[in-house]
Amino acid sequence: MRATRVQPFRRVTINSGDTAWLLACTALVLLMTPGLAFFYGGMVRAKNVLAMLMQNYVCIAVVSVTWVVLGYTLAFGDGNGLLGGFRFFGLAHSSEPVPGFSLTVPPLLFMAFQLMFAIITAALIAGAIADRVKLGPFIAFVAVWSVVVYAPLAHWAFSPGGWMAHLGVLDFAGGSVVEINCGASGLAVALVVGKRMGWPREAMPPHSLPLTLLGAGLLWFGWFGFNAGSALHADGLAVNALVATHLAGVGGMLSWLALERWRTGSATTLGGASGAVAGLVAITPSCGFLEPLPALVLGMLAGAVCLFAVQLKFRLGYDDSLDVVGVHFVGGVLGLLYLGLCATSAVNPAVTHEGLLYGGGAWLLGRQAVAVLAAGSFAFAASFVVAKAVDLVLPMRVSEEDEHLGLDQALHAESAYDLGSVRTMGRLS
Amino acid sequence: MRLVTAVLKPFKLDDVKTALEAAGVQGMTVGEVQGFGRQRGHTEVYRGAEYQVDFVPKVRLEVLVDDADAARVVEAIVTAASTGSIGDGKVWSVPVDDVVRVRTGERGPEAL
Repeated sequence: MRATRVQPFRRVTINSGDTAWLLACTALVLLMTPGLAFFYGGMVRAKNVLAMLMQNYVCIAVVSVTWVVLGYTLAFGDGNGLLGGFRFFGLAHSSEPVPGFSLTVPPLLFMAFQLMFAIITAALIAGAIADRVKLGPFIAFVAVWSVVVYAPLAHWAFSPGGWMAHLGVLDFAGGSVVEINCGASGLAVALVVGKRMGWPREAMPPHSLPLTLLGAGLLWFGWFGFNAGSALHADGLAVNALVATHLAGVGGMLSWLALERWRTGSATTLGGASGAVAGLVAITPSCGFLEPLPALVLGMLAGAVCLFAVQLKFRLGYDDSLDVVGVHFVGGVLGLLYLGLCATSAVNPAVTHEGLLYGGGAWLLGRQAVAVLAAGSFAFAASFVVAKAVDLVLPMRVSEEDEHLGLDQALHAESAYDLGSVRTMGRLS
Repeated sequence: MRLVTAVLKPFKLDDVKTALEAAGVQGMTVGEVQGFGRQRGHTEVYRGAEYQVDFVPKVRLEVLVDDADAARVVEAIVTAASTGSIGDGKVWSVPVDDVVRVRTGERGPEAL
């Protein structure tokens, strides 16, 4: 997010180029959620793929409702440093300028663009709790979480009125709000619902890596809207963000592939996709503040660090099924801290203090660390409480029998694949 | 009559089928199966975590033959399927009491 000094009552002047760009970006970011659904869907076992797709797609529906009613106003309405106010409740006054921003697009478009971020952050959590949670309680969790966890964090970091923005924290497209948030929240819910039956003794390999690779490609494509769109203008800063984003994805893919080839003897498709996503995660907070080559280096670092981070769950014993912590939390932390080293006003005049390696000292690094700690601990604690509360009212975990049968049949009365030529289904009843 | 069953490396199926046809065998049944013998399984790696896969893909082939042809058919399979490396599989034959051709009701060697 481009930090701008607070000018609450500036008139909105619409620029058609910016508006066209942000309209396209809104659609691009929406596409990331189906992309994520397939990225995750390929990684689960064949008996749970529909349930995983469903948990992702349903976030589009649920968060859209909570966002227009409450989430948007709590994130971007005029309030204090901790929380927005209620002026935009139910999209009231939605043509008024958004406090703190000098938008050149209709404020309603800004609302829709931000909605897509809230949706995918919720959907990301589903990866940490794959294969064992009922749909109804998941929807309840997401509905509450999007208001009490996501909206405040979005206010802190994205709204110029939020305390992080005031402190001088840099977070261009959501290293804290999206990546650290989904990772810490995912870990909290995974601890509440417990491990999958048989984990980690039993191997639970991905059932369709082609789906995962397709999903990773869609994510990468959509990420251009996510990051370059966060410039909120169709300008040079957006171009810098797009180039930095691409290079970080490339760097992550290359370093993950090289390291696993060296360590295990094989470069894997899942590794290539995971490395690209790790690089894209790390560049999310930083794409609007880094020069292209430091972005490539950050991507390479992210691929290497996340490859080791995804092994931690086996040592520590938490079942973060699809590595939301290892990739998104760790990648988000890396990207935010890296800004403390390499942010430069040569890319973005909003950088008031250069990074450590650009002669700015530790001023920025310290603030980035505060953002990491605050976002991580708030998201973890608040999500833990929300998940516990939901679990008390609506038990989240499926029965052992249903978990063994697979969520597709048990919850949705469907099977993803019927590849045999023998007719195994009965007649229409 | 005897039932000859062979568990083979999948890529050898075509050679075995050709050899059996050359030996005068009129029909066969094949299925994809999983298993292991002395070869054991293999290792797969997902995000750095290595998993031991105990069962490896094999093809199971079954042929019903007359007693007189059994030894020759087993020999044909063994010759065609052999690569000399571990995991080539096994061939065995067992006696069969009765065989019926479903279309005509013919029984015994007539039905082969």
